[in-house]
Amino acid sequence: MADLVSHPDEVRVVSKRFGKGATNIDRYLELDGYKAVQKALGMQPDAIVNEVKNSGLRGRGGAGFNTGMKWSFVPKQSPKPKYVLCNGDESEPGTCKDRLIFEHDPHAMIEGVIIAGLAVGATTGYIYIRGEYRYLLEIMQKAIADAYSRGYLGKNIFGSDRHFDIYWHGGAGAYEVGEESALMESLEGKRGIPRIRPPFPAVVGLWGGPTVINNAETLASVPHIILGGADWYANLGPPKNGGTRLFCLSGHLEHPGVYELPMGYNLKRMIYEVGGGILNGRKLKAVVPGGSSTPILSPEEIDVAMDFDSLTKVGSMLGSGGVVVLDETTCMVKFALRIMKFYQHESCGWCIPCREGTDWLKKTLTRFHAGGGLKKDIDNIQYLSENMLGRTFCPLGDAAAMPTISIVKKFRKEFEEHLDGRPCPFEKQGKIEELPVMV
Amino acid sequence: MPDVNITVDGKKVAAPAGTLLIEACKNAGIEVPSFCYYPNLSLQGACRMCLVKVEKMPKLQTACTTVISEGMIVATNSDEIRQARKSMIEFLLGNHPLDCPVCDAGGECELQDMAFSYGAAESKYMEPKNHKEEQQWSPVVYFDRPRCILCYRCVRVCGEGMDVWALGVQNRGVSSIIAPNQDDHLECEECGMCIDICPVGALTSGAYRYKTRPWEMNHVGTTCTHCADGCKTTLGVRRADTGMEIVRGDNRDKSGINGDFLCIKGRYAFDFAHHKERLTQPLIRKDGRLTPSTWEEAFEVIGSRLTEVRDCDGGQAIGVLGSTRTTNEENYLLQKFARVVLQTNNIDHHRTADFPAFVSALTERPEAAASMRDVYNAPAILLIGNDPTEQHPLLAWQIRNNVRLHRARLYVINSQPIKLRRQATSFLQIPTGAEAQLSSFLAGQDSAIDALLSGPTSRDEWISLREKLRSEPGLVIIFGSEIRGSDVVSLVKSASGIHDVKFICLGDYANSRGAADMGVYPDLLPGYQRLADPGKFHEEWGGVPRAVGFTLPEMIESATAGKLKAWYVVGANPVGRLALDPFAFSQSFVVVQDMFLTETAVIADVVLPAANAYEKSGTFTNTCGDLQLVKKAGEVTGTKSDFEIIVRIAGSMGYDVRKLVPFGRGMTADMGQSRGAQSGEVDRHGVWLEASGLELKMSPFDPMAILDEIQRLLPGYAVSRMDLLAGNAQHTALPAGKAGALHDPKLIVPADNNLFSSGTLGRYSRTLNSVIENRHKKPEELEVAAD
Repeated sequence: MADLVSHPDEVRVVSKRFGKGATNIDRYLELDGYKAVQKALGMQPDAIVNEVKNSGLRGRGGAGFNTGMKWSFVPKQSPKPKYVLCNGDESEPGTCKDRLIFEHDPHAMIEGVIIAGLAVGATTGYIYIRGEYRYLLEIMQKAIADAYSRGYLGKNIFGSDRHFDIYWHGGAGAYEVGEESALMESLEGKRGIPRIRPPFPAVVGLWGGPTVINNAETLASVPHIILGGADWYANLGPPKNGGTRLFCLSGHLEHPGVYELPMGYNLKRMIYEVGGGILNGRKLKAVVPGGSSTPILSPEEIDVAMDFDSLTKVGSMLGSGGVVVLDETTCMVKFALRIMKFYQHESCGWCIPCREGTDWLKKTLTRFHAGGGLKKDIDNIQYLSENMLGRTFCPLGDAAAMPTISIVKKFRKEFEEHLDGRPCPFEKQGKIEELPVMV
Repeated sequence: MPDVNITVDGKKVAAPAGTLLIEACKNAGIEVPSFCYYPNLSLQGACRMCLVKVEKMPKLQTACTTVISEGMIVATNSDEIRQARKSMIEFLLGNHPLDCPVCDAGGECELQDMAFSYGAAESKYMEPKNHKEEQQWSPVVYFDRPRCILCYRCVRVCGEGMDVWALGVQNRGVSSIIAPNQDDHLECEECGMCIDICPVGALTSGAYRYKTRPWEMNHVGTTCTHCADGCKTTLGVRRADTGMEIVRGDNRDKSGINGDFLCIKGRYAFDFAHHKERLTQPLIRKDGRLTPSTWEEAFEVIGSRLTEVRDCDGGQAIGVLGSTRTTNEENYLLQKFARVVLQTNNIDHHRTADFPAFVSALTERPEAAASMRDVYNAPAILLIGNDPTEQHPLLAWQIRNNVRLHRARLYVINSQPIKLRRQATSFLQIPTGAEAQLSSFLAGQDSAIDALLSGPTSRDEWISLREKLRSEPGLVIIFGSEIRGSDVVSLVKSASGIHDVKFICLGDYANSRGAADMGVYPDLLPGYQRLADPGKFHEEWGGVPRAVGFTLPEMIESATAGKLKAWYVVGANPVGRLALDPFAFSQSFVVVQDMFLTETAVIADVVLPAANAYEKSGTFTNTCGDLQLVKKAGEVTGTKSDFEIIVRIAGSMGYDVRKLVPFGRGMTADMGQSRGAQSGEVDRHGVWLEASGLELKMSPFDPMAILDEIQRLLPGYAVSRMDLLAGNAQHTALPAGKAGALHDPKLIVPADNNLFSSGTLGRYSRTLNSVIENRHKKPEELEVAAD
């Protein structure tokens, strides 16, 4: 169980029940639980979709697509059953927000899934939780069982004429399955490999039926929008970037943790006020603004509003809200290597550029960091990354390429400092890894 | 629906709606490279080689997954695209072993071709390549992971195409590996489709690997000699001490009726040709022992003995057996030789299907015989009896793919739960032996249903099936040897209400249908013409013996009674295959021509070493009536084709061979002799030709001269010679009018071959044997084999 943190700037919406014992269904009901779904039961499906659309809620998984819009793509009539999927395969390095929702507010997930189902006409929902979150699965299981026993799930939910079932499903340990179509493959019992699109999940999704698939945080926000209204939620953030977001502050900070802040919150203030500034008063070197796949920002670039559109303008992305702060003691080559190790390990191997590109980048960066780098390697790292970018089957290749390109571009000097067999300047003991060096 | 118009590289291209961009480009002559895209297999988007620029799309798009839409503007050859392709090759070559100089695929490798086209000559990497040891998955399948580029073609063709699903992907990322279904080995149909479809040398054939470089072979496109489906197989041929060696079979140009497809037999089971027990010298029984001799002596002995028997005891004292594996020309020549030279109608062959009844049932509508291609395009198929997966692998492939790609409805009626039931709209199990009643029931005789109810299928299911069949807009009815004689007639009658109905009668051997079409029957002339009405054959041949000859059982009876004085057995092994009593042959003069000392040959008086279908030219007719060319790949020293042997025996009996092989009567026959003249074959026959007062040309041995006669006298065979010579299958028509006959159903003896057996011939295939033996091994022995 992670310790909860707080800061006066926080606006608690999704996190409002954190630490209040809401895993207990009675406690959840005391805290306005299951009111939103009962309200939604009295609404027309279109009205629910419009409410969410107008709230400006955008996908919290990273892509930032308008949630209500996504729902509106689901056909009204379908010969096949429709489904709602909660994507709880939270795996992006630097991101640890969904797990707090599952841990502290599992019923909000259930409520969000039911409301999405009411909006699109689905009667079945799946909550997919990453395999490593086994302890959260147990919490979720219990919540679902409690909801069934109260009649909130199953036949005639809340005494209405509507039915809704929710199943939980644990992942098997693949970052790739966070990609929505790969998640569906995994859920169907196949290898977690993305599907060709179109058709998009809204039309042909799980088991071939129209499917709404949203990030856990996105779905957890929905009940609050239904209760509080679209306008209230939209006004929490800047235009087109409605609401609040769980920011996961980590790295060299005095007060790391998950904070719920309004969209558009200033990154510099987030680091220095909310996060308590750089650890031990050291100097800032770089910031990963939205999970490891987003291009890094240099200290000069951090005076920026943390919303989807503002970060796009500075050449990065809001992503999954994982803010990783790196101070002056960080070796950027090692950082690039660490990221690439992750993506090499997680590449599903389906397409050539990602499978081979991440492997060669890992190998090259490993040798480079160990002191066996050549000048042409710096360009080659850039070249390999650019050859992956935009050409892979799914965004995993981009996720590996984008930060690497930005690190080489912004910290080329540090790469040059590793040349000529010199030990890593950031390692007290010289070379950190004794790896065979081939020149 | 009107075509969709798009612009590719400034060129206007139109294609039907729904066409994939990569296909539209290909049809317009614009090459978009790909590894993972393969027509008629599911889309992957994995290799990223086909990335193109589609206007208004921010990223490059895969042409293999993009469906064209009106007004789409596409660029396939910009700097960005060329760089993308080059980079994919660079990524691949990073881990590819570059052992091209010894790799089987070298020279036929798509990765080589792509590297040639798109560059990537400079390696960007310094680290060691990822390595994994090569694995043997079966006697015929080897897998070399480092060469694999993970295009997943093998996985898909095995699953989607073959419905075997023996291959899959294990692990992920750069550790991804194609894996067989049994941990370390394969248990499958051993079709080798995975090897054939592999764009690189990752999957290689146990029969072919490390034997040759592809450019050092001659490639001869011919027709497979095993089952009755008539797959085109392209033989890779090299010179060898014995004359020639076949080292590979595939269908590399995908041009036959089989397209991509070949089964284990078409792909590997050519190796009987090089079996060490192959006969290469004539054998004559002297002092009770078969003794090697010369061809001249053999012809002399045969000629004088057959003449003697004919002249003393009459033609009815000679029995002739034709083959289901010799060419049409040879069987035609054989029955003509029997009737004209030996003056007997005692001629028969191993019958595996009732083609005479089939012809007889369809005399009203001879066009209703379906071709192999019809099986792929029919809206619905009814399959009664047989197990095509085992006995007719190409037919099964056509059925599966028709169901998969065209959503055809398949109705299967069988006494066993055969594999094709998995594709069936409905599968009804029938009690063994109740097929006769089935025909009657389908023809509308309701009382016949009782015999069908002892199995698991209920009355309602049978009635519902009959109604469904009657409402089909078009149907191909395929039936095995379970349906014979008058049942064939009822079955044809049962379909009279269906608008567009066609039929296929399934025989078992490569030229079973051809032997039947060519009149290797005691009562039927070529084209199933009844002996009572010999018509043009009478005029053409100058007379045909009148009396109906003996069937094989009657010949045996006659021989046992000591009345049949001579046997002439061409390419058949009745003692081995039909379990006949060798005693029936012991009192007669027996001539056998075969490749091996079979159970029948071993009791013969003269054994002649014959060439097989891969060593001669001619035509085969598959079970659907599709006529195809058989092309000579080479010859094994010491053997002669059955065609040549028959001509020489006729010559040795003093018969004018110009009457037997009417060469020089048409333009079309000249192709063979000019080829013969160039190849020096004429020199080999020079002495005999001179002695027989013939020109120094190959004419008397030219099967095309007989094909001329066949095409002249059998209207159904009057197909385009040009198309035939170009290697295309030509569907023949059944004879109309008074043709065919209803014979005793007991004369049909199914071959009961499966995927790994092929009559007597199959016993001499090392590959088929190794696969069969491997299946009986225990797991630990298999491990040793894999090392």
